[in-house]
Amino acid sequence: MHFETVIGLEVHLQLATQSKIFSGSATAFGAEPNTQASAVDLAMPGMLPVLNEQAVRFAVMFGLGIGAEIGRRSVFDRKNYFYPDLPKGYQISQFSDPVVGRGTFEIQLEDGSTREIGITRAHLEEDAGKSLHEDFHGCSGIDLNRAGTPLLEIVTDPDIRSAEEAVAYLKALHSLVTYLGISDGNMAEGSMRCDINISLRPVGSDTLGTRAEIKNVNSFRFVEKAIQHEIERQSDILEDGGKVVQETRLYDADRNETRPMRSKEVANDYRYFPEPDLLPVELDDAFIEELRELLPELPREKRARFVSDYGLGDYDAGVLAASRPLADYFEAVASEAGDAKIAANWVQVELLGRLNRDEKDITDCPVPAPHLAQLIQRILDNSISGKIAKQVFESMWNGEGDADSVIAAKGLKQVSDSGELEAMVASVIDGNPEQVEQYRAADEGKRKKLVGFFVGQVMKVSKGQANPQMVNQLLADKLG
Amino acid sequence: MHDQTVAQLSRGLREKRFSSVELTRHLLDRIGQLDSQLNSFITVTGEQALAAADHADRILAAGGAGPLTGIPIAHKDIFCTDGVRTSCGSRMLDNFVPPYDATVVRQLADAGTVCLGKTNMDEFAMGSSNENSYYGPVKNPWHTGLVPGGSSGGSAAAVAAGLVPAATGTDTGGSIRQPAAFCGITGLKPTYGRVSRLGIVAYASSLDQGGPMARSAEDCALLLNAMAGHDPADSTSTRREVPDYCAELERPLEGLRIGLPKEYFGEGLDAATGECIQAALRELESQGATLVEVELPNSHLTIPTYYIIAPAEASTNLSRFDGVRYGHRCDSPENLHDLYTRTREEGFGDEVKRRILVGTYALSAGYYDAYYRKAQQARRLIRDDFLACFESVDVIAGPTAPGPAFGIGEKISDPVAMYLEDVYTLAVNLAGLPGMSVPAGLVDGKPVGLQLIGRHFDEGRLLNVAHRFQQATDWHTRTPDIAGGAA
Repeated sequence: MHFETVIGLEVHLQLATQSKIFSGSATAFGAEPNTQASAVDLAMPGMLPVLNEQAVRFAVMFGLGIGAEIGRRSVFDRKNYFYPDLPKGYQISQFSDPVVGRGTFEIQLEDGSTREIGITRAHLEEDAGKSLHEDFHGCSGIDLNRAGTPLLEIVTDPDIRSAEEAVAYLKALHSLVTYLGISDGNMAEGSMRCDINISLRPVGSDTLGTRAEIKNVNSFRFVEKAIQHEIERQSDILEDGGKVVQETRLYDADRNETRPMRSKEVANDYRYFPEPDLLPVELDDAFIEELRELLPELPREKRARFVSDYGLGDYDAGVLAASRPLADYFEAVASEAGDAKIAANWVQVELLGRLNRDEKDITDCPVPAPHLAQLIQRILDNSISGKIAKQVFESMWNGEGDADSVIAAKGLKQVSDSGELEAMVASVIDGNPEQVEQYRAADEGKRKKLVGFFVGQVMKVSKGQANPQMVNQLLADKLG
Repeated sequence: MHDQTVAQLSRGLREKRFSSVELTRHLLDRIGQLDSQLNSFITVTGEQALAAADHADRILAAGGAGPLTGIPIAHKDIFCTDGVRTSCGSRMLDNFVPPYDATVVRQLADAGTVCLGKTNMDEFAMGSSNENSYYGPVKNPWHTGLVPGGSSGGSAAAVAAGLVPAATGTDTGGSIRQPAAFCGITGLKPTYGRVSRLGIVAYASSLDQGGPMARSAEDCALLLNAMAGHDPADSTSTRREVPDYCAELERPLEGLRIGLPKEYFGEGLDAATGECIQAALRELESQGATLVEVELPNSHLTIPTYYIIAPAEASTNLSRFDGVRYGHRCDSPENLHDLYTRTREEGFGDEVKRRILVGTYALSAGYYDAYYRKAQQARRLIRDDFLACFESVDVIAGPTAPGPAFGIGEKISDPVAMYLEDVYTLAVNLAGLPGMSVPAGLVDGKPVGLQLIGRHFDEGRLLNVAHRFQQATDWHTRTPDIAGGAA
């Protein structure tokens, strides 16, 4: 039997506010345990939450970024459960009236096709602390630094059909939220965590199968692997005539498998009810319009502009627009170099390739945009060949200066002086009488092939710096 | 000194007839002598009190004193006090010393008051008799066989017995007004949002409100002047300006329309208590007020509504007491589940457990619509009833409680009978209105309270009516025998 995969994602996005969502504590990552936990975060008796307005602004900016309905009156609720890293015994979240309502999100797949993913809702809530199970000799430690960090939980409709689509969605989401500046998007530090709801159904069926929920996956690669594994697991069960159990599972990256969490966790009744310590959040038009004015050009708009203004292909434009710093870098190179297509090619192929190889982000790129632009200019004005340019780029990457100083220091400037080139060509012809003989005896078709030998020899003599067009021309003249 | 009002003591201090240290020492002595009979204090902070009194005396000498400078008060042990154990009447918090003051505590300290200690209360403010305290029941100073009312029974008893001229209380369903009535003192529950809840250990967040308990309406006004105001740390506290509550006290009652809800004078009201209330109403009428019968047709929904909403909120407010960060923690827990269950089993008393169970049930999947949602709808109806009445009257009046104080042990095994004690007070919290209890007579030597209910933020009017009543009557000046003679 053939199955169709149905996936819905819940992303917990940490918002880039300076302080927590309901207290004045700092949200910086990596501080000593419990040094960023105030009396409110510790749920000391009598302490009360006060909503951080910036968190609301960020949530609304997200809503505007995906063209969603903005909840004019959103309500915080208590989600009740006991856990040591949840100090109040309830999480303040939003249940029936979220700040962001229905919206849609367009993703682009590698083959260039696009898909619309429905966004069910996005709501504000507070993060929990962390339980530390090591170094406590049979006990657990609790670190409440993270408790109260603002989260935006973004929930999709069950519109995703494959691991590839899931990853494309997450990448696009990551791109959007970093464009908006509402999250640092740092997945390794847990700024973007993903719960995956996944079920299978026979192709053609329109009822949903029983789903499993995979909790807290925190990298694109793990999302892809967890989904692939889960598809396999569920289809094995269904093909054997079995039934998928609705449960919460954990993805174990080391073993590349999912396994069930304790079943007790699944049977939670969260007893949601409106948080009496906070008033409903009422947003008026002025507040929303003010934020709309603040929205930057978003990835989709930027991509379209790259296609129309620079004549880039849709896919290339998508790659360059995916991250705001990358897009900014590209635009800086393109405008200084004066040729957007070559700039796009260099940024996408050489620069991104090199960044990937060193596992660096564009923000840590050792080659500043003006230096790359200068390099491209040297190709365009025939100072160097494309091949030499790659060598120059490597030196620039290694911190040896800008393009001109590398070219000068290494004497890589292309030889276009006809006198010099004539001498080189002459010495090659003189030094290879047999090949000259062969060439002269050959017909037009074979000659084209044989001339390559002489070009190679000249380039060798010139250490790659001879202007290839001129060498070709001279050889054609001399060999007759 | 101990039978004087705050206003009288304030004059005495300024006229240098006695110092704050003398006054404080006198009251600490009285607490030492008498409180073993009453059990109204959980913690007495003598040393800090004398230091604060000494500081107040310097301010008085320097001439920078306000009306509350040097005035001894006590805080219900639900208000967090920096460096002073705040037990909330519970074993759960028997070892809890907060590193912060409640906003109200800070405001009253800033106003120059001298805190003598923390008063006994029903555990987590759950109770109407003060029998639900880990520290034992409080006795009513008028008769030690009687309850003082609850949950602010310690504050009420201490004020009535002349151990302190004024105290703070909190009122979630009558916890200021009912003990004020039972102990013959004056208590005010302000409008929800008028006084900051920050640092008050939460019972039911949408109903809790702190307020003053004292010997007169004027004293309540003086205290409320210091307690009221916006607190940026409490999102439910109002930004509305705070009037001078003393300014309107003397306003004549001519033209005042007083609504008498017929539901508050029917079945269930003790006859002798009812007569006291009628006499009090005639006094107000004689001063020019008009008495108008009004209806609160949804009154019958009050008790069930309250006993869903309050426990629901309590059940989650009390989840934080898990033995992990502060408070009671069971010995050598075997695992997390054991830590939770034994800590809470040992730390909470029966009434608290009962309300946690009720509240958890009411919020559970499958029951939420039938209970919690319905209760919220009923709450709106109850509020609307009051708002409709206030279109034709200025103040609503009636008994604070169905009868005077009952005996210790009389109702403790019958929760429903106990819940009925609050039948006239609960609705005020559900509607978020201000309410007062004013001494209005004695039945067999037991005090009776007249309840006054006002429009939202109309505390000034309530205090005015109560003050005018107290100008013409002496019920509020009566003191129980235990208090001893004047000194």
